[in-house]
Amino acid sequence: MKKPRLVMVGNGMAGVRTIEELLKIAPDQYEIAIFGAEPHPNYNRILLSPVLAGEMTVQEIILNDLSWYGQNGIRLHTGKKVVKIDRVKRQVIADDGTVEEYDRLLLATGSTPFILPIPGNDLPGVIGYRDIKDTDEMIDAARRYRHAVVIGGGLLGLEAANGLKLRGMDVTVVHLGPWLLERQLDEVAGRMLQKSLEDRGLKFLLQKQTEMLVQGETAENSGRVAAVRFKDGMQIPADLVVMAAGIRPNTALAESAGIHCNRGIVVNDTLQTYDPKIYAVGECVNHRGTAYGLVAPLFEQAKVCANHLAHYGIGRYTGSVTSTKLKVTGIDLFSAGDFMGGKDTEEIVLNDAAGGVYKKLVIKDNRLVGGVLYGDTVDGAWYFQLLREGKDIHDIRDHLLFGQSSVGDVGHQGQNKAAQMADSAEVCGCNGVTKGTIVKAIKEKGLFTLDEVKKHTKAASSCGSCAGLVEQILASTIGGAYTPAKSQKKPVCACTDHSHQEVRDTIRAQHLTSIPAVIAFMEWRTPDGCEKCRPALNYYLISTWPHEALDDPQSRFINERAHANIQKDGTYSVVPRMWGGLTTPNELRAIADAAEKYRVPTVKVTGGQRIDLLGVKKADLPLIWADLNKAGLVSGHAYGKSIRTVKTCVGAEHCRFGTQKAMDMGVKLERMLFDMWSPHKVKLAVSGCPRNCAEAGIKDVGVIGVDSGYEIYVAGNGGIKTEVAEFLSKVKDDEEVKEYSGAFLQLYREEGFYLERTVHYVQRVGLDYVKSKVVEDEDSRKALYARLLDALKDARDPWAERVEGEQKREFEAIEI
Amino acid sequence: MSDWKRICGLEDILPLGSRVVRHPKGDIAVFRTAGNEVFALHDKCPHKGGPLSQGIVHGRKVTCPLHGWNIELDSGQAVAPDAGSCGRFEIRVEGGDIYLKD
Repeated sequence: MKKPRLVMVGNGMAGVRTIEELLKIAPDQYEIAIFGAEPHPNYNRILLSPVLAGEMTVQEIILNDLSWYGQNGIRLHTGKKVVKIDRVKRQVIADDGTVEEYDRLLLATGSTPFILPIPGNDLPGVIGYRDIKDTDEMIDAARRYRHAVVIGGGLLGLEAANGLKLRGMDVTVVHLGPWLLERQLDEVAGRMLQKSLEDRGLKFLLQKQTEMLVQGETAENSGRVAAVRFKDGMQIPADLVVMAAGIRPNTALAESAGIHCNRGIVVNDTLQTYDPKIYAVGECVNHRGTAYGLVAPLFEQAKVCANHLAHYGIGRYTGSVTSTKLKVTGIDLFSAGDFMGGKDTEEIVLNDAAGGVYKKLVIKDNRLVGGVLYGDTVDGAWYFQLLREGKDIHDIRDHLLFGQSSVGDVGHQGQNKAAQMADSAEVCGCNGVTKGTIVKAIKEKGLFTLDEVKKHTKAASSCGSCAGLVEQILASTIGGAYTPAKSQKKPVCACTDHSHQEVRDTIRAQHLTSIPAVIAFMEWRTPDGCEKCRPALNYYLISTWPHEALDDPQSRFINERAHANIQKDGTYSVVPRMWGGLTTPNELRAIADAAEKYRVPTVKVTGGQRIDLLGVKKADLPLIWADLNKAGLVSGHAYGKSIRTVKTCVGAEHCRFGTQKAMDMGVKLERMLFDMWSPHKVKLAVSGCPRNCAEAGIKDVGVIGVDSGYEIYVAGNGGIKTEVAEFLSKVKDDEEVKEYSGAFLQLYREEGFYLERTVHYVQRVGLDYVKSKVVEDEDSRKALYARLLDALKDARDPWAERVEGEQKREFEAIEI
Repeated sequence: MSDWKRICGLEDILPLGSRVVRHPKGDIAVFRTAGNEVFALHDKCPHKGGPLSQGIVHGRKVTCPLHGWNIELDSGQAVAPDAGSCGRFEIRVEGGDIYLKD
């Protein structure tokens, strides 16, 4: 059977991104042909300004070179302008007579600069600013002429003016509005920007209306533009006039084919035009009344369009909030959302005119709805994320203006000096990736998202603690093109577009009890998932439907399958459980015997008050477990996304300061939680008095004895980024400690995303929410506690289970 | 045909599972996919020598347990952008038994 044919008109960023997305999910579905009016392969139009400024070359901004088209079997027609669409015969016809037939047509014709309808607008030396040809013409003019006038003080105009100035021209920017960038900045920021550009030698004429362009009459400029005249009679010399007064969607082709256009080709939420065989994406499109000119929303459109072309039927484009960055080296400004505010919004403002810093945040109903930053934009990406997620900022309002680092987000993640970091500075400590390597990959490979950077550089792909920093480097490298990941909407993995929340909800609502059922129902792109989604699905299934959904060992990471921790040489470490950190001479003797018998090279005491036997061969695991089992020792789960340890101090049993029996309480908790699987590892501690020798302040659940009972703290973390646990409640006795701790952990088990520690879970849902479920509502607490106990009612030692079960063969090597 | 050696039954490897075969040239990892295809690779990740036999099998790929490289089971090649390759061994299933070419 012949493949259906997809023809694309336009070879720019939005269009080619759509093809890339399509090839990713349905590589063989279409026979593809692309027409591009320019003689170049797809390049990064956003980076034309650095090319003009002499900071990059054309070669550096190519996104897909010619070999990419070849490798993907795409017929590329460059330098050919499509002049006709025949919707009846389903053909497109180019100006040189080339004909391509289509089953699906994708229009990505982009936009053209708006040329003012004034006399002289067609003179040589008058250009728009859109493509490589325009850029070359500007560079050439800068070599030969002196006076440049840029009409339009928007982003593009200012970038053009800056580039021409750097190339030695005398540049005047003419702007109709009351201040520069009035669509991105408020007046204060606009004036600050103007001043710093004036300091660089640019001249500005604001609120000036251009009347005509005057033709030159001298020998050297005869026939060419020579001056700009304004309505008020003023005239200034101009050898080059750059029109940057806005863009107009290119709709001529679509209109001539009878496709409905209204300031752009009108499309629905699946990017289809009124002819459902014809799609449109990019700057040529009008979606719900808006035509976007920034790249991030266009990439969102591309993704949805590709999904639909691949017959996935999921994904709708519902519009975008955009953010802006000016790519003029040395000037930092950022704006997003509704930055002007109105009568039902509040503003938080910092204005340091002498220091050149201005920040304005616009807030409505405790949510950030817009902002302008000038001079200090390191927190731009963070604000934009808060804005897009619609996060409640009530708790951090006092510190909001001072940035992410001031809200206690210190350590790697809060390292928000991305722009100032040296290229040699290490960003990802796990994989040894420097800022320079990341920036190079972003520029050379044309990366736009965190996931792409992870794949290509390995940065943030191990522990992930530097992900925030990598996002900031992305934002500062590519500016407005950066698409921040929406953490709540992040797909589980490349197999699906569904988020963790959607998967959890669907498993519950549809009563799905096996991985194949989830993969089929939620239309995974892969037949049996991948190493990222399968462990998550397995956890969601067994935590949502305990006793009903069967655990799938093949979907567990090796540590949870072998019940031991794999080491770098392929051997394993074995940690027997010591309830509450207590042991006996008998157990110690059994451990010593096993260590000798299996020639364990290293014996170490762990941070969680256990003994670790390191360097055990896989084939010996069942044997050493059997020996340890005989002495009553069971698996310590030191390897799992599960209950790890309950650490205790000596407590009132022996300690002269002790107020409560910490060891006894710890043992009770650990027995209760034995064999509990969770989104990530769970560590507890019980201290017998506020001196807190068991370090309960940095545990997922920390219990501290006081004279009248216990205080319970939750969501602490002693790992990558130290987080102090937050006070949950005061309780009176051991039974209440079990009930409150158990209810909190069950809530986390039911709602946490896979690989989300308690601290991140609580940050996501808010401590108030947790308290409302666990502390304030007794019925809810008791129900959660009961569900935890029910899930754990048939807990058993996984060592014993493995030794007997059908999994045991995996431990035996085959000898030939 | 004499150099084909039976190593075990197909049923001795769980679907999406693997077994290790001790071999004079070093350990060989034998994988079984969900579609009951069988592949054999040198049990050493091209990255840092991790035991691929201990990884999660998905599609026709295995993920190394040490640092998460994905290796194509049929070609032994690392999935881009990682680069490297892992030795392959000829293997086939016949009548419910798995044979390795020695």
